[in-house]
Amino acid sequence: MRRGKLTSFNFWYFVLFTAALYLPILLLIVFSFNDAQALIFPLQGFTTRWYGEMVRSTELVGSVWHSIVMGVLSSLAATILGTMAAIGVVRYKFPGRGLFVAVAAMPLVIPYVVLAVAMLLLFSQLNIPLSLWTVGLGHVIINIPLVLLIVAARLIGMEKNLEEAAMDLGATYWSTLLRVTLPIAFPAMVAAFLTSFTTSFDEFALAFFLIGPEPTLPVYIYSQLRFPSRLPIVVTMASVIMVASVLMIVFSEYVRHWGSAPARSRSEGAP
Amino acid sequence: MENRKRIAVLMGPPALFLLFLFVLPLAIMAVFTFRAGSFGAQREVFTLDNYREFLANPSYLRLLWRSTGIAFIVSALSVALAYPLAYFIAFRVGSRKVILLTILVIPAWTSYLLRILAWRLILGSNGVLNSILLALGLIDEATPILLYSMTAVTITLTYVWIPFVALPIFASLERINRSVLEAAADLGCAPWQAFLRITLPLSMPGVLGGFFFAFIPTLGEYVTPLLVGGAKGVMYGNLIQDQFLRGLNWPLGSIMSLAMLLVALVLMALFVRVVRVSDLVEG
Repeated sequence: MRRGKLTSFNFWYFVLFTAALYLPILLLIVFSFNDAQALIFPLQGFTTRWYGEMVRSTELVGSVWHSIVMGVLSSLAATILGTMAAIGVVRYKFPGRGLFVAVAAMPLVIPYVVLAVAMLLLFSQLNIPLSLWTVGLGHVIINIPLVLLIVAARLIGMEKNLEEAAMDLGATYWSTLLRVTLPIAFPAMVAAFLTSFTTSFDEFALAFFLIGPEPTLPVYIYSQLRFPSRLPIVVTMASVIMVASVLMIVFSEYVRHWGSAPARSRSEGAP
Repeated sequence: MENRKRIAVLMGPPALFLLFLFVLPLAIMAVFTFRAGSFGAQREVFTLDNYREFLANPSYLRLLWRSTGIAFIVSALSVALAYPLAYFIAFRVGSRKVILLTILVIPAWTSYLLRILAWRLILGSNGVLNSILLALGLIDEATPILLYSMTAVTITLTYVWIPFVALPIFASLERINRSVLEAAADLGCAPWQAFLRITLPLSMPGVLGGFFFAFIPTLGEYVTPLLVGGAKGVMYGNLIQDQFLRGLNWPLGSIMSLAMLLVALVLMALFVRVVRVSDLVEG
């Protein structure tokens, strides 16, 4: 009885709150179909012309392309570097290990604006012109700690004996790494890559400082916010990206939990 | 030894990368605080003038404390609002946890800038809030209620962080051994007592983790104030951004960044004494 009441309070809180979280997003989708340039109420009728204009806007499509290419490359780099570090940190003890982990995790606890400023100074001192590459390097730095944490969690959960068994049976260290360790870490690496990509794709604070003449999508969106006539197209782009992100999240969650299911049910199934 | 070679191969590239693109930039930033000239162009100069200028203008530090305070409020609000959500998914749902968690997280992964824009649409004149109030006859003409204020910044940021904050709280609630709660109930402990004396203390790592997930980015925030804050909603991050992208006083901007970095690191150091960061990863 008491439990039932608590459940229903919690249930309604969850439903109402989640609805509130989605309301602003739905609002954008509604405006993407609204036949008026100003994003105000009352609505003016249904149209799909913004979708047509969006596809024809070469700058917008270009910025999406920049974001995708830069996001994929920087996430790949972060995944490779982070995984190497995770294997080293989890499997070996060496001097400076604690220091390395502390430094690698630091981007998590530093406001991006500070990191942006520091990297801007570095590039200006080295006379490296700002571009998508400099933004990408920044994104590698912010994504390494995420990859390190996700992959290390997977490696810690994995039995070390498997690797030892492979080596006892005559495999060299590097082939063991390639054929035992990496396949086991792979779901975590995919999840880490996808997490990195979504972070990079949406990242603005750092990109705003480090971007060159070619904008990423968030930088482009920001530049368009000043022009009310461009807002409907931006909002439309947002709606498309939201749907795409949803698909990607669902996929990434699926990957993240694939392979770790047995461990989960064991802990939950305890009497 | 064999191991040393393996460690060198595995750790070398990430360590060098972090050294050149993370540690070195922060070191350069520290050096810049002693330089002179608008871009810090005068390399040969070593001066403490920038520090004097920073400390002589009390509005800088006042804004830093104010932004720290706002970050505290936003993070505390996010935790308070996200906790019941995480609790519901962890304890009341059963097998559909992953689905509900995904539903909760999806808004967090949709464009951050556009979620802020959405709040501008809600709070602005002719926005949702205004239209409702007009229709109800509560106001006579459209005015931007709340927009361009610190309250607007607080609401928007809390909205942005709630899903991120719910995740670590959920992870720590998941880790609580259910038999402890059953034992408490068997021994006659009321549900609220069990919550206060078992569940809440055991979920503190997640609560603190979530708090900092919201706190750090809010501390450095400069975009939300630009979009919904207006003149009254300026934060310390805007000050830094101004020095670099408009004022072009890079040495002063470096000091401002360094001051913010110190605030973040000091609070983090206090935090790490309480929780291990690795506890925050789900799994």
